[in-house]
Amino acid sequence: MVLVYAETQNGQFKKAAFEAVAYGKKSADILGTSCEAIVVGNAENPGQLGQYGAAKVHHLNGSGVAHFDGKSYASAIAGAAERTNAKLVVVSHSSQGKTLVGRLAVKMDAGSVSGVNHLPEQKDGKLCVKKNVFSGKAIAEYAIEGDAAVFSLMGNTLKPEQSGSDAEVVNVTLDGSSEIEILEVNLQQGDAAPLPEAELVVSAGRGMKGPENWEIIEELARTLGATTACSRPVADTGWRPHHEHVGQTGVAIRPNLYIAAGISGAIQHLAGVSSSKCIVVINKDPEAPFFKAADYGVCADLFDVVPKLTEAIKKAKA
Amino acid sequence: MKYLVCISKTPETTAKIAFTNGDTQFDKNGVQFILNPYDEWYALVRALELKEAQGGTVTVINVGTSENDAVIRKALAIGADDAVRIDADPTSAMFVAKQISEYVKSNPFDVIFLGKETIDYNGSEVGGMLAEYLDLPYVSYAMALDIEGGSAKVTRDIEGGSETSKINLPVVVSAAKGMAEQRIPNMRGIMMAKRKPLNVVEAVAFSDKSKVVGYALPTGKTEVKMIDPENMDELVRLLQEEAKVL
Repeated sequence: MVLVYAETQNGQFKKAAFEAVAYGKKSADILGTSCEAIVVGNAENPGQLGQYGAAKVHHLNGSGVAHFDGKSYASAIAGAAERTNAKLVVVSHSSQGKTLVGRLAVKMDAGSVSGVNHLPEQKDGKLCVKKNVFSGKAIAEYAIEGDAAVFSLMGNTLKPEQSGSDAEVVNVTLDGSSEIEILEVNLQQGDAAPLPEAELVVSAGRGMKGPENWEIIEELARTLGATTACSRPVADTGWRPHHEHVGQTGVAIRPNLYIAAGISGAIQHLAGVSSSKCIVVINKDPEAPFFKAADYGVCADLFDVVPKLTEAIKKAKA
Repeated sequence: MKYLVCISKTPETTAKIAFTNGDTQFDKNGVQFILNPYDEWYALVRALELKEAQGGTVTVINVGTSENDAVIRKALAIGADDAVRIDADPTSAMFVAKQISEYVKSNPFDVIFLGKETIDYNGSEVGGMLAEYLDLPYVSYAMALDIEGGSAKVTRDIEGGSETSKINLPVVVSAAKGMAEQRIPNMRGIMMAKRKPLNVVEAVAFSDKSKVVGYALPTGKTEVKMIDPENMDELVRLLQEEAKVL
């Protein structure tokens, strides 16, 4: 059995939850078993995970899991894994998942691989899976020793497709209390997806010359339905908020499309974005190192090119 | 307060990545190793700031062979009071967590810091494993941490924002950007580091539950396609039809 932890935020499933269930289902097919999902805390229509491949949904709720706490959530998930005799547990490689993956591995005495971005394979009777290492500069294949495994799944590894119908939901109540008292939660406003989950990202750097010039980047992002990001110097000088900083020290992302305008492409920046499926670089310096990592390049003044690109997208969408 | 900072040795950021022994081992040949930046800039420096403001001690701990002594001495030069090295060549995140947890069980600390991940295996697993072995709360990707009485006030990164919580000590915390700023060791620190205690501890037996069986380099990126700046319609067409990302 493959058990997938499907994350919610304010009762709604995250995009990563559907990806994890779809990945769990595909893994279960490879292993010749079935896939079930576990949902913790409030969730609207947990049965919908059936459309992504979950044969059954275990919905755990109650005072013991009122808000995210790695310890109580890991206990709840490991408990469900034991009840269902799950050999593989999949979580998202998200802020919750990164808190859970190590805990679950120790709790279940399982082999763990965090940030997997390939489907698993059976090789010589061992479960094997690949992930990126050295900040995207290499790929490592891991083998699980023993019979239980925990994976955290990198975002955008696969596109979840809906088919089938809602799954049966089994409700479980968990009483208890948390050692963590939540004082405050700040979420950015706006419709754009948070950077770690975004499929389309428009990013800009020092080539923008100043924070007052960002409207053309925001307009391009709005037109695409993309999330905005920036390079480190831009965040450090306060031109843009810190949560937009992508790169090795900031957020590491792997969207389907990463458009970088006025970013030279220092190795630390590339480390955070090089796993993007498609990279477009707009830079007036033909020697900008970023062109070497790009799929498409436009060597010209971004103040000319970006508005033209926005217009071209509007035209294509019309 | 007693602060423990788990430190790791990683290849330098710009190191050329290559493999040896039939692509089953990282090729250390010609590679310069450093203190993992997140352990150094964020975890260690925040522990030192807390010690300077409120008193206490800062111990660094590493699992590794004597090859790691240089990076451990660097942590001492930045300001840690003493160091522990568990003498073993680490083979997995769980191996490292197991070793550190055994040490902490007999030498308790109030706050155990780590960097958000190491820049080589990018796993972000040791913190959660350590917390589980020690049955402690764990906060990952913390951007701020303050000690107030017997509890920690921690702000961590979550998708699309941040969350601030209060947790009773002891606690395990992985540190991310915002926690502190890099400190360059001065000459006095470097001299003093040579005389600070570096205790070598024997490792406990542990068999790995997962291990790397092979490495590969990413398949060569196709040559960049340059697009005429006057023809953005062409770029949009390629994004739709060739890259299929729109």
